Amino acid sequence: MKKKTQLIETVVHGLFLCLGLITVACVLLITVYLIVSGLLAIKEIGLKEFILGTKWASTAAEPSFGILPFILTSIYGTAGAMLIGLPVGFFTAVYLAKAAPAAVKKVIINLVSLLAGIPSVVYGLVGMLVLVPGIRTFFGVPDGAGLLAAIIVLSVMILPSVINVSVTALEAVPKEYEDASLALGATPTETYFRVSVPAAKSGIAAAVALGVGRGIGEAMAVMMVAGNAADMPSLFASVRFLTTAVAAEMAYSGGLQRQALFSIALVLFFFIMLSNAALNFFLKGSKRG
Amino acid sequence: MKKILTLIFGSLLALVMLGGCSTQQTGKVSTDGSTSMEEVIGVLGEAFTAQNKGVTFTYNPTGSGSGITAVKEGRCDIGLSSRSLKKEEKEAGLTETVLAYDGIAVIVHPDNPVKDLTLKQIAAVYTGKIVNWKELQGKDAPIVLIGREAGSGTRDGFESITGTSNACKYRQELTSTGDVIAAVAANPDAIGYASLASVKKTVKALSVGGIVPSEASVKDGSYVVQRPFVLVTKSGSKLSPTAQKFFDYATSQAAVKLIAGAGVVAAK
Repeated sequence: MKKKTQLIETVVHGLFLCLGLITVACVLLITVYLIVSGLLAIKEIGLKEFILGTKWASTAAEPSFGILPFILTSIYGTAGAMLIGLPVGFFTAVYLAKAAPAAVKKVIINLVSLLAGIPSVVYGLVGMLVLVPGIRTFFGVPDGAGLLAAIIVLSVMILPSVINVSVTALEAVPKEYEDASLALGATPTETYFRVSVPAAKSGIAAAVALGVGRGIGEAMAVMMVAGNAADMPSLFASVRFLTTAVAAEMAYSGGLQRQALFSIALVLFFFIMLSNAALNFFLKGSKRG
Repeated sequence: MKKILTLIFGSLLALVMLGGCSTQQTGKVSTDGSTSMEEVIGVLGEAFTAQNKGVTFTYNPTGSGSGITAVKEGRCDIGLSSRSLKKEEKEAGLTETVLAYDGIAVIVHPDNPVKDLTLKQIAAVYTGKIVNWKELQGKDAPIVLIGREAGSGTRDGFESITGTSNACKYRQELTSTGDVIAAVAANPDAIGYASLASVKKTVKALSVGGIVPSEASVKDGSYVVQRPFVLVTKSGSKLSPTAQKFFDYATSQAAVKLIAGAGVVAAK
């Protein structure tokens, strides 16, 4: 009897290991493939011309492949989205986790989940039909599609990840901490921001990481509102992100152009690794301190 | 006796079954050329292989020029070109058969007072020489140029017809016909281009040089923002039976609906 249980245990463990390895294999496969196919074009174009070049004309008779505008756009766009989305998401999370009445909390949490479930193409469509004409009339510019529209769409899109992860982190703060703070005479608001939030620091940092990841990796919605001209970014100008540069041209590309698109994907991959690594570093640092 | 009868009957049955099998074709059709014709040729190839089980249909998207060379060198059965053959290409022993016409409509917002532009004006607008609608008898507002992404067949067609290849100063580069139409419909100062078949009431198609774009004006050639989709074959030499069958099918009445479904005007 005992032997049989052990056997089942072993089999189940083996099965779980296999399933886990599938994920690992996918990550490895994608990484290796991306690096191998991404390096080809970088080698041919030259790393400096590729990263720091400001002109992208992939189908011209004499093509040039400079992706600095895309890199800057992705950085500005994600930073802008965090600038708007993070405060909104963070304060919503504090309210939901600590201050909101149960009924209100339930409704808002459900709505936030609904927001997370909306496909990105719908964000793009609403952005294109409402936001872009809105920006056009509000700011009196010839065309509303551009960096600002993309930032606004992205900031809404990162809200669910920021809110959900932050709420979970804030709710995990031991009640004793807050009780002690209140017992010492701190007001509830003081307690939330002086005790609960610092205690949930690492979880909130994870929310930021998720937000940055979502923002820098989003393609579809951004493609529909950003204009996609391969120019240097400015707030009202038509801009192209790293993601959209890959997505827009992949379907028809060939030769060096296609290889260059893989190189862009590699750069994007590098940025996401970098942001994850930086966050891990900060998280570890905060634990030690 | 009974045994022998059964044997004979059995082998007859087997023969009949084998015979049934042997009517299945095992031919190959290879096409090579224009990337713009991808949708049309894809639809036709799919329908053709569905009707003729066992036939392999291949399409190699290399561009019109490479497709024409491939036929000339015998590397494919049928070449696909999204332009008419040049004189020297015909002299080199190639025949063109127009499969369809790809009409591209130049579209603006319905409130835009401009109704007609010449091909030259369109080129000047898209290359940034004309930047305000005022210069085109419109209202005083900057022109917002909307187009397709690099590599798109529609963009390639539009730019080659207007002579603006790689010189267009797009404000927005969108990745589908629907997006272009939606963007133009949302901006009173915008101008864009889209496949004629997909233009809807939400935007206004301009006439070009006084000719209103329609299936008829595209077919008779009076509407100039259009190009032919051409099947290129070798003159004099015969296609393989399967390739000939595909050729006949693609140019038959039955294919007209499929071709129209791919957003172009069938030549038939």
